Amino acid sequence: MKICCLVKEVPDAAVQKRIDPETKRLDRSGENTLNQFDTHGIEAAMQIREGGVVDVEEIVAVTMGPGSAQRALHKAVALGADRSVHLSDDVLAGSDVCATGYALAKVLEGESPDLVLLGQQSDDGECYTIGAVVADHLRMPSLTQVIKMDVADGKLTCERQAEYGYDTVEVRLPAVISVGDAINEPRYPSLKAIMGAKKKPLDTKAAGEVGIESGKVGEAGSRTQVLAINPPPEKEPGEIIEDEDTNETVEKIVAWLEERKLI
Amino acid sequence: MDFELSDEQRLLRDTVREFAAGEVAPVAADLDASKRFPYELVEKMGGLGLMGIPFPAEYGGGGADTLSYALAVEELARVDSSVAITMAAHTSLGTMPIHLFGDDEQRDEWLPQLCSGRRLAAFGLTEPEAGSDAGNTRTRAALDGEEWVIDGAKQFITNSGTDISACVTVTARTGEDEISNLIVPNGTPGYEVGEPYRKMGWNASDTRPLSFDGCRVPAANLLGPRGQGFKQFLQILDGGRIGVAAMGLGLAQGALDEALAYARERRAFGRPISKFQTIQAKIADIATEIEAARLLTYRAATLKDRGEPFTLTAAQAKLKTGRLAVRAAEEAVQIHGGYGYIEEYPVCRFYRDAKILTIGEGTDEVQQMVIARALGC
Repeated sequence: MKICCLVKEVPDAAVQKRIDPETKRLDRSGENTLNQFDTHGIEAAMQIREGGVVDVEEIVAVTMGPGSAQRALHKAVALGADRSVHLSDDVLAGSDVCATGYALAKVLEGESPDLVLLGQQSDDGECYTIGAVVADHLRMPSLTQVIKMDVADGKLTCERQAEYGYDTVEVRLPAVISVGDAINEPRYPSLKAIMGAKKKPLDTKAAGEVGIESGKVGEAGSRTQVLAINPPPEKEPGEIIEDEDTNETVEKIVAWLEERKLI
Repeated sequence: MDFELSDEQRLLRDTVREFAAGEVAPVAADLDASKRFPYELVEKMGGLGLMGIPFPAEYGGGGADTLSYALAVEELARVDSSVAITMAAHTSLGTMPIHLFGDDEQRDEWLPQLCSGRRLAAFGLTEPEAGSDAGNTRTRAALDGEEWVIDGAKQFITNSGTDISACVTVTARTGEDEISNLIVPNGTPGYEVGEPYRKMGWNASDTRPLSFDGCRVPAANLLGPRGQGFKQFLQILDGGRIGVAAMGLGLAQGALDEALAYARERRAFGRPISKFQTIQAKIADIATEIEAARLLTYRAATLKDRGEPFTLTAAQAKLKTGRLAVRAAEEAVQIHGGYGYIEEYPVCRFYRDAKILTIGEGTDEVQQMVIARALGC
């Protein structure tokens, strides 16, 4: 079995996120790191390999992004991936989710994986959708927010988190699965793995090398357009009930709750 | 000048940062309150390779540089100093003498178990009457046939009495004007490890007095050539200062992290206290001092990694960061107001943990002496 893990470089969680009013894109100038959600995808791949039910020949980390995105791949291989592929090209800058999904699918076509794993969301864009877009291009089944996965006989049995409870779904491979962070506890890369990460193969691909049509990617190839960006409305301040007379306070709270039909 | 960390250094720093936040932070207050040695964390750090960062891979070490080691110490100290000093003392003081001065047999015997963190090593230098004046060692070792017989006492020795302590390297007078280093395995008859001290801070770390009464070790436990002990321990302290500087830096950064988070959350007079100039001035000053101290510490580590003289810079980094840690912790407590004085907030522990950084592994006054001498005084 060959598993491809899609990963993304995102601003470090400690960095205050800022949107550049000029470009209307996220300011990515600060410290960046591997999207935390994607580490769950790599861990899931490692657990399939270590589970021993199926023979995992290769785990490949795949990303699209500028030169700095190699750091995300570096971490991905330190976490256990055997090699990595970096899709990097100026024509890709400004791609929206659909364009990015198309571009990643073109890389994956060349890899022919049996399973594609990724985190359910990225820590920056938080679209939750890239897995589905990739799956659509690859004509593979897709499941999202998977929090349990058993592999056997060319199929996966997955539990996915639904609004009220869990769905148990069987899916035939190859498939694209985006995993929730409840699926596992990602390991920390060991110092040995960190020191050895650069010895693992890294392929850098330009858009043309994987057959990406330049008109379908980048700002021009993206169908979404950001017209304006506004901060969310400020939360209305809550009401503080001073506890001067406890009986009265209780009455006030009960009245407040009844008014909103909460009790 | 290159101010950029390598990819490996950055990834190690981020990993230790995640480890400290995920594994150390949730238990730090409890370890401190119960004065319990963090065995589970040492095991986990060993598994990740953090207990032998700068030692050769052939002995199970990480094969990384001094800067990587300093980054790891900094990130641990940012969250908890007890865990940080356990790792730092084991590395800079416990394992380093065996790595630097041991022969092949000694290295083969000790380094694999020490680098893996399965066992810990200690360095026995300080004595009741030999602190800053470490050359005034009273502990004696006399050669009797094929054995050294050691008599004397050591104090304030980190990692000496845990369940996994393997050995201590002690300085001992082996002649009138001669000091040598000897490896003494834990459990050797005549070597007694005393009860842990009741300390102001670093409560989850293991610090004890040691006594040697007719303690016999094989002649082969001599570390390096006889009579080189003084030179050896100065070399160990030189390198150790980079680790302790990283502890001060980490503690100061941790105090700032806490103070900033609190200041943004805590409201007074209708707005977050971070909007008041007096609070802003404290935060701005400490953040600036930290950045300067960071450059100094990283520079000391980089000089050592390049094989250039680093004694002066390491002493400056140690002096600067120790004082900064004390000041940053104090300001962080001040910003927290009354909450800073109770154990509910980490800054209270940081305040207690900080003071030793102007004393341990060379007092400020010793650093000033080292610096002044290096400048030609």
